[in-house]
Amino acid sequence: MTTVVTVVLALLLLALAAWTVVARDAFLAVAGFVVYGLLLSLVWVRLAGIDVALTEAAIGGGLTGLLLVRASAKLRPTEGAARAERPGRPTRLLAAIMSGAVAAALALAVLALPDPAPTLAPEAIANIGPLGVGNPITAVLLAYRAMDTLLEAIVLLFVLIGVWSLAPDRAWGGRPGPRYNADPDGILAFIARVLPPIGIIVGVYIFWVGADAPGGKFQGATIIAAMWLLVMMAGLADAPPISRRLVRVLLVAGPVVFIAIGCAGVATAGAFLAYPDGWAKPLILVIEFALMPSLALTLGLIMAGAPERTEAP
Amino acid sequence: MSAALDLLSVVAIGAGALFYLAGTVGLLRFPDAYTRLHALTKADNLGMALVVIGLLPQVGSLLAALKLVLIWLLVMLSSAAVSQLIARSARRRGTAQ
Repeated sequence: MTTVVTVVLALLLLALAAWTVVARDAFLAVAGFVVYGLLLSLVWVRLAGIDVALTEAAIGGGLTGLLLVRASAKLRPTEGAARAERPGRPTRLLAAIMSGAVAAALALAVLALPDPAPTLAPEAIANIGPLGVGNPITAVLLAYRAMDTLLEAIVLLFVLIGVWSLAPDRAWGGRPGPRYNADPDGILAFIARVLPPIGIIVGVYIFWVGADAPGGKFQGATIIAAMWLLVMMAGLADAPPISRRLVRVLLVAGPVVFIAIGCAGVATAGAFLAYPDGWAKPLILVIEFALMPSLALTLGLIMAGAPERTEAP
Repeated sequence: MSAALDLLSVVAIGAGALFYLAGTVGLLRFPDAYTRLHALTKADNLGMALVVIGLLPQVGSLLAALKLVLIWLLVMLSSAAVSQLIARSARRRGTAQ
C-alpha cells in the first residue's frame, strides 16, 4: 500500500515537472511549480525528512511560488511579444541536450552511490550531548555546519539587495511594492485581521520547537513574513520605506550577532564559530533569537518587492 | 469498541474522499468560475471535515486531536475567504467564462 502511494507521488511529481517545463503560459508554469513544491514536501515527509519538508513547503512552494507569481504577473503584458521571438531550433535543441545531460549526470551520481550510502548521521547523534539541543538537524545547522547557516542568512540579504536594485532611481529609498487599496470591510481585510494572530503563534512555535523537534527559524520566519505580507496586501499596514534606519539595522542585526559570536569563538574556543564548553545551548539560542526577526523582515521585504513609490504617501 | 471506532474512521474518510472526488470532477467539468468554486468548496469543507472526523479516533493524544481540529478550522477559513476573492475578481474582470 505504501509502495503504491510512493509510486503515485513519484509519477505525479514527474508529470508536474514535465508540465512546468512544457507549459507555454508563464502563469500556468508557475502554478505547476507551486503544486510541485507542495508535492515535493510530501515526498520529504515520506523520506522522514520533516525539517526539509517544512522548509520545502514554506520556502520552495510558498515563498518562491509567490515571487514567481508576481514576476509572471509583471511579465504578462510583454509575454505575447516574448513568445513571438521564439529561439531557433538549434538553440532549443542545444538547451534540451544540456538540460538532459545535467539530469542524466545527477541520476548517475545518485545511482552510483554505494549501498548503504555514506552518512555522518551516527557521528552527528554521538556528539549531540554537549550541545544541549535535541534535534540533530538544528545541531548540524548551528553547531557542526554553522558556517553554512551564517552564509545562508547573508545570502538572503544579498537577495534583498538584488530585489531593491531593480528600483527606478526616483523610487530609491521609498516604499516597496504598490499601495494596496483593498476594501477595508472586505473579506481580505477580515482574513488579514483574523489570521495573523494565529499565524504568528504558529511561526513562533515552529521556531521554538526547532531546538528539539522538526522546525526552525527559517520556516517560522517564512510564516511570520507571510502574515506580514497578508496585512500589507489587505491595505491594513504599509511597507516601510527601505531608507528607514531602523529597517536597515533590523535587517543586519541577526547576521551581525551571528558573526560577533563566531568571532568571539576564536578567542574563547579556538576557532571561528566554535562555542566554549557548556555555552553551546545558550549561544545557539542567542543566535536563533537574533536571526529570527532579521529573517522574517528580510523574507517579507523580498516578497514585498522593489521600491516603487517615493517616501511621500 | 476499537473496531467500531475503526469502522467509523473508514466510513468517514471514505465519504470524505468521495467528496474530494466529486469536487475535483466538478472543478474539471463545470462551465464557469462560479460553479467550479461551488464544487471546490464542497470538497474543502465537507471532504476535509469528514477526513478529520475519521482521523480523530486514530490519534493518540488530545493535543494531536486539537491540532487536527485547528487545521480543519483554518482550512475552512482560508478556503471560504479565497473562494470569495476568486469569485469577486472573476466578476470584476468579467472572466467568469
